[in-house]
Amino acid sequence: MDEIKELNRVVEEITEIALGFGLDPFPMRYEICPPDIIYTFGAYGMPTRFSHWSFGKTFNRMKMQYDLGLSKIYELVINNNPSYAFLLEGNSLIQNKLIIAHVLAHTDFFKNNFYFSKTNRGMVESMSATAERIRKYEMQYGKEVVEDFLDAALAIQEHIDPNLLTPKLKWSKDEADSGKKKKGRESEYDSLWRLDQYINSNGEKGEADNEKKEKKFPPQPEKDILLFIEEYSNHLESWQRDILTMIREEMLYFWPQIETKIMNEGWASYWHARILREMDLTEEETIEFAKLNSSVVQPSRTSINPYYFGLKVFEDIEKRWDNPTEEEQKLHGRKKGQGRKKLFEVRETERDISFIRNYMTKELVKELDLYLYQKKGNEWVIVEKDWEKIRDQLVQTKVNGGFPYLVVENGDYLRNGELYLKHQYEGIELDIRYLEKTLPYLFQLWGRMVHLETVVENRAVLFSYDGNKTFRKFI
Amino acid sequence: MQEPLFIVSKEDWSLHRKGYEDQLRHKEKVKEAIKKNLGDLVSEENIILSNGKDMVKIPIRSLDEYRFRYNYNKQKLSGQGKGDSKVGDVLGRDGTPANGGKGQGAGDQPGQDVYEAEISVEEIQEMLFGDLELPDLKNKPNQDMVTKDIHFNDIRKKGLMGNIDKKRTIIANLKRNNISGKPGIHNISIDDLRFKTWQEVIIPHSQAVVIAMMDTSGSMGMFEKYIARTFFFWMVRFLRTKYENVEIVFIAHHTEAKEVSEEDFFSRGESGGTICSSAYKKALEIIDKRYSPDRYNIYPFHFSDGDNLTSDNQRSVEYVKELMKRSNMFGYGEINPYNRQSTLMNVFKNLKDDKFVYYVIREKADVYQSLKTFFKKREAAPTE
Repeated sequence: MDEIKELNRVVEEITEIALGFGLDPFPMRYEICPPDIIYTFGAYGMPTRFSHWSFGKTFNRMKMQYDLGLSKIYELVINNNPSYAFLLEGNSLIQNKLIIAHVLAHTDFFKNNFYFSKTNRGMVESMSATAERIRKYEMQYGKEVVEDFLDAALAIQEHIDPNLLTPKLKWSKDEADSGKKKKGRESEYDSLWRLDQYINSNGEKGEADNEKKEKKFPPQPEKDILLFIEEYSNHLESWQRDILTMIREEMLYFWPQIETKIMNEGWASYWHARILREMDLTEEETIEFAKLNSSVVQPSRTSINPYYFGLKVFEDIEKRWDNPTEEEQKLHGRKKGQGRKKLFEVRETERDISFIRNYMTKELVKELDLYLYQKKGNEWVIVEKDWEKIRDQLVQTKVNGGFPYLVVENGDYLRNGELYLKHQYEGIELDIRYLEKTLPYLFQLWGRMVHLETVVENRAVLFSYDGNKTFRKFI
Repeated sequence: MQEPLFIVSKEDWSLHRKGYEDQLRHKEKVKEAIKKNLGDLVSEENIILSNGKDMVKIPIRSLDEYRFRYNYNKQKLSGQGKGDSKVGDVLGRDGTPANGGKGQGAGDQPGQDVYEAEISVEEIQEMLFGDLELPDLKNKPNQDMVTKDIHFNDIRKKGLMGNIDKKRTIIANLKRNNISGKPGIHNISIDDLRFKTWQEVIIPHSQAVVIAMMDTSGSMGMFEKYIARTFFFWMVRFLRTKYENVEIVFIAHHTEAKEVSEEDFFSRGESGGTICSSAYKKALEIIDKRYSPDRYNIYPFHFSDGDNLTSDNQRSVEYVKELMKRSNMFGYGEINPYNRQSTLMNVFKNLKDDKFVYYVIREKADVYQSLKTFFKKREAAPTE
């Protein structure tokens, strides 16, 4: 086929340029797909994922937007070794050139960014096995039963602990039973570790008092709610625990993508432009490329376009490290012409949170004309232009992947085996309607009464669900 | 073997149906959700105003994927201007901020928590009417009018060439050739031929008339009229599933009753006091003149806020009794959002007759309940 031959030639050329720039991608599998397939993969996040109506809903919405010409996905790339890139059938050659350059930078990012280092590079196969297993459970226990359970599990799927250093629970049940600290690690840094605990326990006095206190379960607040339920719910059958494990693994796989959205898209947008500049484009291609590129990196009034914002921050870093000011040269010992090198370092070590915190400058905020807005009455109004406030808000939306930070405070509340969660309130309230609808799912998983403590209008409130009704009370 | 740096391929994806399968399941769930929300849907403005022709979009809340999430309305969000933004600029009003240009980030806008499902009025109808039944459906003795219908529902070996059933003929040929040891389609003989044949079906010509009466006195506001309109909308559609021919007569009344057009019935503003018996009297006249109970199934329905002139009440009851003699049922819907004690209801309460059915509607969602009450499945009333 001519199309394939042509593409092969283009891919070869682009790969060569990319490697010449120092990009280090996984081996690539490019696959040309019709739109409904691309949108299916987009909705599921993966070609081989298990079935659930919520993916069908997303697929339906995305496909409809495509049919109406409202939005278009040109490509999809999978973090895997080899990495899979799906190209939309009917893309023009120049569109494909841009996309191929773009996805090469994505897989370079997947392969080299620290936060992806623990992700499963055989996830395509792994998810396929998961899908197979869930199918088997459906046949064994009934479709509706499994669907009900998936509904509940997916409702809390973001509440895992993605910390790369402690992939499992930080404590053991024995420890919880004896109420004593594990005496594993003893070194001169112990006090530092204890500091963490000190902060966790909300400034209460540390170790000394701990022993006298009633034994707690879990001994320290547990962030990984999914894992906690999987291990300690008395209510689940083994197939249900199995599904929780699998959903947690999938979330762990997706998590770094959630945490690096801005960087990842910025990095890919930076490189597709650089790579295409090295190619001999015809005049028409140049115009089409410019059009396409500007539609990708188009700013939005109501959200931060990660492609555009990420690209701008990377370009700003390059500029500042290529031509540091005298002050920077003196103060930080920064030498000239280090831009590219710095970029590769940033793509290796940062995620969105630190990327924004470390590299967003006052000048950039001004140049991009960023602002914060808020709902006032029935109007959405710009309320803030101060660059530090904007930076801090952007950082805040990235904390914990943008999800509310909840922990298991007590797995045996009132000594009655009830589950007590606490929202680590940081100034943004939860959606109460959603909260009250999610508690029943939690109940379904835990099998006994569930509680969630949060803050509403500056007052601590406890929401509880007993299997029939939701209660709320101020505490 | 060293792994290649890249492979480009294009495969046949036509068997990959997962997206569509889960989409189907999602649609089923939407349908379930709709069924649970029929009460709200029945009074959904989109449907009533669509005249029942098109697909309608209806907001469905229950298909959200609930999770613990932040309250967008209380959160500060970030955006990007064209270089001249300042504090106090308004980006948009109401639900969602106006989105300037369709960026890649679209789709995660705040406020998008209502899922809009598209559904045909027919589908809603199917679900709704599953719960309803016509009370006291009588075979009218003078049903001399019948319609003939032709149903092709039989296959024979002899028939008109124009009605040949090719598929069955070929199957017969295949079978015969198989038996004779020479499989395949060949030598089609007269024995193989199969014909479609019809049967005549006689359907009784049934007709019904709805006498829609509405109080248009000063006390009937927008809400009251909307409720009545909603009710009649569904009622007529329901009757059309049961009868071949359904006519509606609209009678508007205050102190006097008039037969009016449908448009006037729902839009005309009137004022003044209320004398309900005027409408009942008019209904009786119309029935006697145009709709003989021998040939028609008659359904008088009256919607009012119940605020009748006290001195008229007794007369009203008499007329209603008279109406019931000619009708299959008499329905009285009182639209009473403030939960008052109405004068009309006071006397109607004492009416003991299987044909008399009333329902008090307080809010939109009650229309569904009222339909279920008027047309609930019940044991047939003894025939006179």
